[in-house]
This record gives sequence, structure tokens and C-alpha cells, in this order.
Amino acid sequence: MLAIVALVTLPLVAALMAVVVERRGEWIALLSVIGVVIALSVLMPLVATDGPVDLVIGGWQAPLGITLRADGLALAFAGMAALVMAAVLVSARTLYGASPSEAETRGQWAFWPLALLLWGALNVAFLSRDLFNLYVALELLTVAAVALVAIEGKRESLAAALRYLMFALMGSLAYLLGAALLYAGHGTLDIGLLAARDIGDASGATGSRRASDIMAAGLMTAGLAVKTALFPFHAWLAPAHAGAPAPASAILSALVPKASFVILLRLWFEALPGLTTPALLATLGGLGAAAVFYGSVLALRQNRLKLIIAYSTVAQIGYLFLVFPLAGGDSYAQPWAAGAWTGVIFQALSHGLAKAAMFLCAGVWIIAVGNDRLSGMRGLASATPMTMSAFGIAGVALVALPPSGGFTAKYLMLTAAFASGQTIWAVVLLLGGLLSAAYLYRPLAMAFSRDDDATFAPVPRSLQVAPLLLALAAILLGLGSQAPFSLIQTGRPAAAAEGLE
Amino acid sequence: MSGLAATGFDLMLCALILGAALAAIAVRDLFGAVVFFIVYGVFVALAWLRLEAIDVALTEAALGAGLTGVLMIGAVSRLERLTSRDQDQDAAGPQSPPTSSAARIATMVGAAGIGGGLAWGFITLPPSAGLQLAVAENLAASGVENPVTAVLLNFRGWDTLLESIVLLAALIALWSLARDQDWGRRPGLRQHARPGGVMATFGRLLPPFGFLLGVYLVWTGSAQPGGAFQGGTVLAAVWLLVMMAGLKAAPRVSSTRLRWALIAGPLLFIGVGLAGAVAGTFLGLPTAYAKPLILTIEAGLTLSIAATLALLVLGAPMAGDGLGPDQPDKEPAR
Repeated sequence: MLAIVALVTLPLVAALMAVVVERRGEWIALLSVIGVVIALSVLMPLVATDGPVDLVIGGWQAPLGITLRADGLALAFAGMAALVMAAVLVSARTLYGASPSEAETRGQWAFWPLALLLWGALNVAFLSRDLFNLYVALELLTVAAVALVAIEGKRESLAAALRYLMFALMGSLAYLLGAALLYAGHGTLDIGLLAARDIGDASGATGSRRASDIMAAGLMTAGLAVKTALFPFHAWLAPAHAGAPAPASAILSALVPKASFVILLRLWFEALPGLTTPALLATLGGLGAAAVFYGSVLALRQNRLKLIIAYSTVAQIGYLFLVFPLAGGDSYAQPWAAGAWTGVIFQALSHGLAKAAMFLCAGVWIIAVGNDRLSGMRGLASATPMTMSAFGIAGVALVALPPSGGFTAKYLMLTAAFASGQTIWAVVLLLGGLLSAAYLYRPLAMAFSRDDDATFAPVPRSLQVAPLLLALAAILLGLGSQAPFSLIQTGRPAAAAEGLE
Repeated sequence: MSGLAATGFDLMLCALILGAALAAIAVRDLFGAVVFFIVYGVFVALAWLRLEAIDVALTEAALGAGLTGVLMIGAVSRLERLTSRDQDQDAAGPQSPPTSSAARIATMVGAAGIGGGLAWGFITLPPSAGLQLAVAENLAASGVENPVTAVLLNFRGWDTLLESIVLLAALIALWSLARDQDWGRRPGLRQHARPGGVMATFGRLLPPFGFLLGVYLVWTGSAQPGGAFQGGTVLAAVWLLVMMAGLKAAPRVSSTRLRWALIAGPLLFIGVGLAGAVAGTFLGLPTAYAKPLILTIEAGLTLSIAATLALLVLGAPMAGDGLGPDQPDKEPAR
């Protein structure tokens, strides 16, 4: 399928060209956006009607070769990533666009290849079915993401980047060790072939739970949790995401943790559903709940806008891990199959769109004010109404008010919690929503308060359109939830409907 | 080797690997730790040889011990210059910072836990579940006789393609750490080799042999151990030697020719893949053309890998001693 090939190679080819061609990075990036959007608009309707499409690379079937599969999960995330990347790349032109008459600068050269490589790595991580190939994608993602954190060259962002690198490398190594153990035990790295071996099932090919499989699953889960910044491995996230320039922050917060989360979903729901235990599911859910509260409280205590948005990411990532206990209960008791699974994916998509919009808003205000301190935000609402609406609408999605995508997500997850008799997770969802309203209230109140003396630098209108469109997309995800809902069900793993045990 | 002698040698090798690893962790002096790390890499390469994984042994020796060791020595010597300038005393060289005993105990418990778990898992592994048989069965269709090359360039070429791009990403990341005012300059420190000195002499003598060895490693990789990564490392060393001997300056980071060399390998690889996609199979290498295609891809990869590795050793573009202006606390201009 040429469209799948385009999805994974176009950003990479564009990155290579951006390395060579001076001062044209923005145009090369724009071309790749157009190409990826065309590929997605061919693939999405096709997959939604005919089911998942496979790309067997080199014609070598697994276990010998590597397969990419465009299923609903992969395409939903690739689509969200394309929207965010399009908005970010357009917004980055003011920071890193070059004028043809002046000499190339460091940032103007480095930003475009790094952002495009990151995008290519994301698409591979969403589509690949091979555990080692996924490791390579995570490596590429990490190197590009760390470099983007440090791209401003400030002392604190360098320190944040180094800390991020240490955490991310530990995560990579743990994941790789686990993948090696699975290969040694089963002779394949392919997720589908591993699933076919019914690992951990007493009736399966391997008999009972093997120590090497438990060790592998534990190492991979720990490694991926570090990369997703699950509490208590979140320490690297806020300084890294807040220290990067706004367009880079948008990519880092909205997209990068989603790659490792998708792999985690595939690992437990597709490859190793037989290995789960109630204790494990409760632990992952408990860490997610802790992240919701801890991230929200820290967001409440910050006095810089970007730090509030960054700590909000810690909290919002916490919700994603509720999928494990929610899908683990008596899922068959739910009014429809796979409610928790679908709800969590909606949550990840909605958070991605809303969070990218918020960081781009922060970027607009940093241009207008000169910094991102809350105290400097007085009077911004009347000075930049378009950006203010974008931030407010993104806030609606983040707090999960109807009719946003966040609301659809919370509604599905709440129903799953009540239907399976696990009210405790419903309490987490509701309290988390209240807390997010509280930490978003402070910047909103500050921006709406009047200050007649405040003067702001003018911000080009083109820069303000992108976050507004992203925020509206987060609302549309809820308003028109039918199409994404049915896409996500395409190629859904059996464990998502039957539940983990 | 007879059975008993072989077992004895293996046991000794295991003890040496563990000893070198322990020493690398225990030594306080950073330079000493790096030296033990390199020694450790050499022993591990020997262990791969004993396991008859010659390709892995070559890669471990060239990249794991060699190149990584050079990068670490560079980092230590840079730290040394930074600390001696900041403190105006050059007593004992850089030391690793003291760690609290709680952190030490936590690290030890964590490492012991993972180590114990791995041992427990290792015992339960089946004797052999690898894909050696599947590789052997399909080797004839891969176009090359070395199974490792068949896996890297054909069966799992997609991994190798992405890996070569990771290497490029590392160099972009390194260059992006340059100071704004240094952009467009030559990477790394200027070398001061004495004309007629040992360095200059070696710089003239060794490159032809090194070049031959590097090209041979790539060429022979299709049938015997070797390949683009190993050959590329040797060629990178040759280029570094030429630059260190002062025979040729490092190119400017803005040089278009240099940038094409960096992307040539990955671009060629993707190009072959896309041509295959148009013909029906992404990254498909038809058996009849597989060997020339693989050799072409490897030639491109070798060029890019050699250039990228050498530039990684040289570092980001910088002026003067590379330690920045006199006031170390001054923020770079934005």
C-alpha cells in the first residue's frame, strides 16, 4: 500500500532534504504535511470500511521480516499527529523561518529536520507490529525530542534536556531488554505472532506463566511508563516541556508520550493479554490516579503558564492508565463493548489536540508579553481575543465539558467504571475534572482581568489561527464522534472487548 | 581448543568482563573509569568471538569499545579543561561527584533485583527459539552469503534504514548545541600537530592502509563478517587521523558537500525502498538484483556513517578553545 509507505517515509525524506537545503526548511515541511494529509485521507475511509491494511516490508513475512499495519488505533493517532504537526510547523515559521537574504542560523537549520524526524518516528511507532522496530522508532523519537528541548540553548533547558535524556535512555534499555527476552523465549518479535502463542494461558503453546515472560513484560512496561512520564517517573517532563520553545513544547506534550502509550496498549491488549493479573491492573490504575492528583496539585502551584500546561500533561497522562483496571473488570457488563478502551483513546486524542493548542497559545502570549509569568497576563483577553478563545475552547476539552472530545472520553470511561462496579475510578475521573478546572481558572482569570496600562507587542494573525483550529478540532472530536468512534473499532484487539483478567 | 582449556578460557573471560565492569564503576577518577570501560568493551568483543558471532565482535570492538571510548575520553578531557579553568587548580583531574549512601544502596538493590530477575528468567528460557533456520532457508534469495548482512540489509532492512537515520539525528542534535555565533564554523577543536612530528608522520603513513581496510570490510561483508558499520568506523578513524595530523581541516558545518555526504546513505536506502514500492514491494530487493543493490546501499551507508561518526567525535562547531567566552555564566545571545 503506497499510502502506508508515504505515511512513514515522507517525513523522513523531508527531514533529509531539510538537512541539505539551506533556508527552505519551512517549505519542505509544508510539502510533507500536504503529502501525509493526502495519504491519510486515502487510508482512513479505506480502513474504516474494509478493515486493517498490512504492509509487509521487503515482502518478508513475520517472523523473518517486519510488518506495518494501518488499523484504527494507528490511524487515529497518526491523524491526530498530522493535525498537530501541521499547526506546529505553520506556527514555527515565525521563530525558525529564514529570510532568503540573510545567512542561515543554528535554530533555522536544526529545527526543521528535528521536528520532521520526530514526526516520522511517531508514525512508525503507531504503525509497526515489530517489537524491535518499535525500539528503533522510540530511539529516533527520543534523540529528536531531547534535541528539541535543548534547542534554545539556555542553561536551564540544557539541564532539562540532559535529565530527559537520562530518563528516556533508561526506559529504552529496559524496553530493549524485555524485547530480547521475548525473542529468546518465542523466536519472534511480531506482535501478532506473539499473540497467537497465547502467552500465559494454561492452554497455550507455552503452558503456564514463564519467568522470562513475566520479567520481559515487567521490564517493557517499566521502560514504556518512564517514556510516557507515568507517576512516579514524571520528574523529567515539566522542566523539559516548559523549557522548550512553544512549537516544540506542543509536539513534546501532545505527541511524544502518546507513542510509548500506544506501544503499551499493544503490548498488553494484543501481545500479552494472558499475563495480566488483577494486582498489576490495579497498580497501573493506581499510579495513573496518583498522577492525576499529583500533576493537578503541582499545576495549581505554578506561577508560569507553560509550567501549568506542562504539569497538566502529567495529570492528563494519568487518565490513560485507567484503561487497565477499567478494561480489567467485568467488561462484558458494559452497555457496549470496549467502552474503556475507546474512551481512553478518545482521551489521548482530545488531550493531544487541546494541549498542542494551549502551548501554541502560550507561544503567542510570550511574543506579546515577553515572558510567560501569570502576573504579566493581565489584559491579554482584550488584546488577543482570538488566542484567548483558542485557550478557552482547549480548556473546555481538557476539563471534559460537553460537547468536546474530552467529554466523550470521560463519558465512556465513567460508564465503564459504573458498569463494571468500580466506582473508585469514577471518583478519580470526576475529581480530576474539578482539579483541571481549578488550575485552568488562574490563567483565565488573570487574562480576563482589566489592565488599562498594559501594552503588548503585536502578534501576527496567522500565528493565532493555528491554535484556534486545533482547539476547534478537539471540540469537533466530540461533536462528530461517530466517525472516529467507528475508525477506532477497526482492528480492535479481542482483549479490548472481552477485558483483561 | 580442547574442551577443558576452552572452558577454562571462558571462565577467565567471564571473570575479566565482570572485573573490568566493576572497576569502571568503582574507580572515582573519571579518566580511569573510561579506560576500564574500553577494556570491558574489548573483553566483551572477545566473548562474542567465543560465541562465534564475529560480526557482533567486530561491531563491539569498533563502536562499543573504540568509538564510544574516544567520545568519552573527549568528554572527560573537556570536563578537565572546564574544571581547571573554573577552579584555577588542576590537582587530580575530574572526579565523579560523591553519591549519598542511600542512593548507592537503592541503586545496588535495584540492580540486584533486575539481575536476579534476569537470572530467574534465563533459567526458564527454552534451549533455542531463534530464527537461524528461517534465515538459512531464505539466504539464497537474499542476494548475499553472510546471514548477518542478509538480515541487516534485506530481511530487516527497514530497521537498518531507521538506525542510519538515528545516527544522523544524533549529529543534528549535537550540532544544535553549538552557540549561535559559532554557526557555520568548523566543528571541534583546532588541532595543533607539529610539522614533522609523530602525529604528522603517522597521519601520512596510516591513511592508505586504513582506507584499504575500511573498503575491504564493506566489500567482504556480503560473504563474510564485515559491513557498512564496521567499515565506516575504520574510515572515520582514517579521516580523523588526517584532520588531527593537520593535513586537512575539518569542513565547515555549512558546507553543502558535507551535508550531502551525511544524508547520502539514508537517502539512497529510502530511494531503493520507494522504487521497490512503486514496483510492488516496499524495500523489496528482487533476487536477481539483490547483491548489486545491497552493495550500492552499503557503499552509500559507509560514506554517511564514516562522515557522521568522525563529526560526532569532533563535536559541535566552535571557535577558540571551545569553552566559550571568558565569563562562563554569560548566556548565549538569542
